[in-house]
Amino acid sequence: MVTFVVIPVIAVSNLGKRYGHTVAVDDVSLEVFEGEIFGLIGPNGAGKTTTMECVGGNRVPDKGTISVLGLDPRRDANALRQRIGVQHQEAHLQKRIKVWEAVDLWRSLYTRVVDTDALLARLGLETKRNAWFMTLSGGQKQRLFIALALIHEPEVVFLDELTTGLDPQARRAIWALVTGIRDRGTTVFLTTHLMEEAERLCDRVAIIEHGRIIELGTPEELVQKHCPERTVVFTSDDANVAERMQGLGVVERAEGSGATYTIRGAGDDFVTDVINIIAREGIRVRGFRTEILTLEDVFLKLTGHGIRD
Amino acid sequence: MQPRFVRGFWKLTWVETKIFTREPMGFVGTLVMPLVVFIALGRAFGAGRPMAAPEVEIPFNAAILAAVLIAISAVQSLVAIISIYREGGILKRLRATPLSPVTIMGAQVAVKLGFTVISLALLMLAGRRLFPGVMHVNVFSFTVAVLLSTFSILSLGFVIASLVPTARFAQVISAAVLYPMLFLSGLFFPVARLPRALEALAYLLPTTHAVALLEGVWDGSGWGAHWVNVAALLVLFAAYTALSTKVFRWE
Repeated sequence: MVTFVVIPVIAVSNLGKRYGHTVAVDDVSLEVFEGEIFGLIGPNGAGKTTTMECVGGNRVPDKGTISVLGLDPRRDANALRQRIGVQHQEAHLQKRIKVWEAVDLWRSLYTRVVDTDALLARLGLETKRNAWFMTLSGGQKQRLFIALALIHEPEVVFLDELTTGLDPQARRAIWALVTGIRDRGTTVFLTTHLMEEAERLCDRVAIIEHGRIIELGTPEELVQKHCPERTVVFTSDDANVAERMQGLGVVERAEGSGATYTIRGAGDDFVTDVINIIAREGIRVRGFRTEILTLEDVFLKLTGHGIRD
Repeated sequence: MQPRFVRGFWKLTWVETKIFTREPMGFVGTLVMPLVVFIALGRAFGAGRPMAAPEVEIPFNAAILAAVLIAISAVQSLVAIISIYREGGILKRLRATPLSPVTIMGAQVAVKLGFTVISLALLMLAGRRLFPGVMHVNVFSFTVAVLLSTFSILSLGFVIASLVPTARFAQVISAAVLYPMLFLSGLFFPVARLPRALEALAYLLPTTHAVALLEGVWDGSGWGAHWVNVAALLVLFAAYTALSTKVFRWE
């Protein structure tokens, strides 16, 4: 039998960093594997950016070990910069630098570069080649930063709060781009405080709070583990629906107000079971939807507060 | 393989040069302001000491004032750019590339020195046309002296840029530091006439040595007579650079 040892692209153990008396990162350990989108999620000030900057070699940690592509981000910084791409939170370029000038400067810095015309086209920036940075929209700026992060075909890309401040439409466009990066085989390590973003994009997430990782796994796993409760909401004009469903099989609680009924339970089979019960009871249903809990609920449950509090 | 600090240096310098020309205020401040001061004062008081009418007490050499102003405006512009780049995270972004820190700063200095040469050339041309016979200084020597002075004052600019908290203050603080330096430099009255403490301070400032060197070159007494000032400019450059590498913040 052949055993494959999967070597993580990023391995962090017991990372710690403080600024004066403020502990930014207390104790963070995590592994990111090749070809996945890994998200570090948590509220502002939880230690996401500091962790990412230490891993990217832009900040010196106080304690712990970090390995990226088998290299030490501090000692092998120069070698590593040729192999990783970064996008900083709320970054800017020179106000009056033109898009093509930034791209041209960046490509002169790396030994291996992609076809930049094709890259700009892929990011929808080909018509903005001669535009000054300051004239770009928020979404265009972020797409330019993605282009600069990808110009040397990095093996890992670091994306810090990529869509903060963007409108929903621009955000969705960026999500599609990030998924595209992963599909081309590049490992993506991102931070976000948007749970919807983490849920849509990430293969695995680590939830960070007060500088510590409090939970780690795929979004589905985390929801299943911490928020197993399921809810079905349907509308029916039949009489006594709530009473007829109460206490049946998997139903934990059935409540009605007017013609709308909320049925609560738990487990993966819950929705199927409710459908079966409705069919068996012969209840005529006008509308039907399931309420699926999200990472946002997981976060609330784990920390006792919402992510924006 | 080229040394690391060369990678991207010329490209960054060229990009920064283009960006600078797109900034109308910086452009005016660097190229036009010293020229206007020179022409206005030259018309009022005479452009240079040697050709001034003997019956008029010439308060100072307008050409040297303009040359020092060129250096000072280069420093102000450098401080403004660095503080804006720091505040906007541009320095941080550039540092995350294979560019070396020396290259990032070196390119800014190169741009400033380039514009210093252009300003000086404009100054010389204006002087030759408007005040014939006055500008008989050795152009090459004067240019080298101005560049050396600018270089040394720029290193003080890095110290200022390290210490200013925000881009908003950069302009104010650099003006508040640089113009009093000009006042103490010996251009308007001899340094020896200053109170003791201020005199001592004056010798720690690059402008004082810059003015002494420029006056020497202007008078034709040459570099040999002013090696002390040249040495002082170099020592101050080294000291300020060492200090700024200690206190400089990239973000």
